[in-house]
Amino acid sequence: MKTVHPLLVRVTHWVNALAILVMVMSGWKIYNASPLFDFVFPDEVTMGGWLAGALQWHFAAMWVLVLNGMIYLAYGLFSGHLWRRMLPISPRAMLHDIFNALRGRLAHDDLSVYNAAQKAAYLGAIALAIGLVLSGLAIWKPVQFYALASLMGDYEGARLLHFFCMTGLVLFVLVHVAMVALVPKTFLTMITGRLNNG
Amino acid sequence: MDSKLKHHEGPLLASLERRLFLSRGLSLGALSLLSGCDLTDDDNVQRVLTAMSKWNDGAQAWLFDPKRLAPEFPVSMVTDPFPFNAYYGEDEVRLVDGTDYKLDVGGMVRERKAWRLPELYALPQVSQVTRHICVEGWSAIGKWSGPRFSDFLQRVGADLSAKYVGFKCADDYYTSIDMQTALHPQTIMAFKYADQVLPPKYGFPWKLRIPTKLGFKNPKHVVAMFVTNEDPGGYWEDKGYNWFSGS
Repeated sequence: MKTVHPLLVRVTHWVNALAILVMVMSGWKIYNASPLFDFVFPDEVTMGGWLAGALQWHFAAMWVLVLNGMIYLAYGLFSGHLWRRMLPISPRAMLHDIFNALRGRLAHDDLSVYNAAQKAAYLGAIALAIGLVLSGLAIWKPVQFYALASLMGDYEGARLLHFFCMTGLVLFVLVHVAMVALVPKTFLTMITGRLNNG
Repeated sequence: MDSKLKHHEGPLLASLERRLFLSRGLSLGALSLLSGCDLTDDDNVQRVLTAMSKWNDGAQAWLFDPKRLAPEFPVSMVTDPFPFNAYYGEDEVRLVDGTDYKLDVGGMVRERKAWRLPELYALPQVSQVTRHICVEGWSAIGKWSGPRFSDFLQRVGADLSAKYVGFKCADDYYTSIDMQTALHPQTIMAFKYADQVLPPKYGFPWKLRIPTKLGFKNPKHVVAMFVTNEDPGGYWEDKGYNWFSGS
């Protein structure tokens, strides 16, 4: 049977999923301590119990997120996996496939070949995650990483960027999970690595 | 097997898989949501989180560049009014009497003595317009003036190779910082805010202003300080907030 997802990609995918879950839920609790906008996140979807607990989770899970992300990217870039799966990608094909996806007309015969809408979404998610880590670093250390923070409009600008990258990534996750629900065999494939019923 | 069922095997299985995925996905989500707080309270989990927080203290001490200055801003960017913040409400601000105020200096110092306000005011002062960042996330820019804390430490003959400086405050707050940060050129004993004598709500008679640390590491109404090698902890730190909390 054909391996759709290499073991390293599967392991880092699930470690990342867990890290993102913890980062987002603890992050929402941190947001609630001093909301940027006129709303707060319901306590039921936050993590940590109170601000100090949420900060502990956030600054523990960040190491998991970053180390795991670096392993995934290093593997993807040096093995060529990332290039092969994500490139080439043309804006025209992307629009075409997004349009098809909206009409429920995307082919999933070969799960190891991504359509252009998938490529764009996965590359976008990687970019958002990198944006989250960089803006997070700027918020955490606006003095030590002053150059980075000033690129984002200093501390307050980095806070906004962090929030918007989070929003983008959460939207990605919602679409991603909805797509997996529509094509459930992709879920098992990300666990076993193989295509079970072709 | 029923031929009818067999005929529908594909779509049925797909829909079964879909339902299983959805219900498993939902219960996994619900589990993690429900246990969000409980997990934090579990002793083993809390031990790991505390250990990670300690690890982060080390990482931050390593990242801390004693020569790197916090950005300074023009006076026009000062936040007005500068927010009040403490572990109590603004109506409970402690009023310290300046005439019998004494600052106790103890621990690993050559000159253990109590300092009166006029003696402290006589020290050469510097000013800074820097950003105060609260652990809650908000920030505000203010102007503070006072002697460099490193000058004061040298004047009292502090053992600069010690690890910590601890602070006790008139409002029963307490905290402590690492010696590297204590010696940072922007760490000052702020006797003034916006060129005026520090008002009670900002910590009269003085607050330790540290623009390289989060707000709660900037003690107000300081009445005693001591140099030590044993971690003195802090009011919020002992409740679970990260000790180093540098920026």
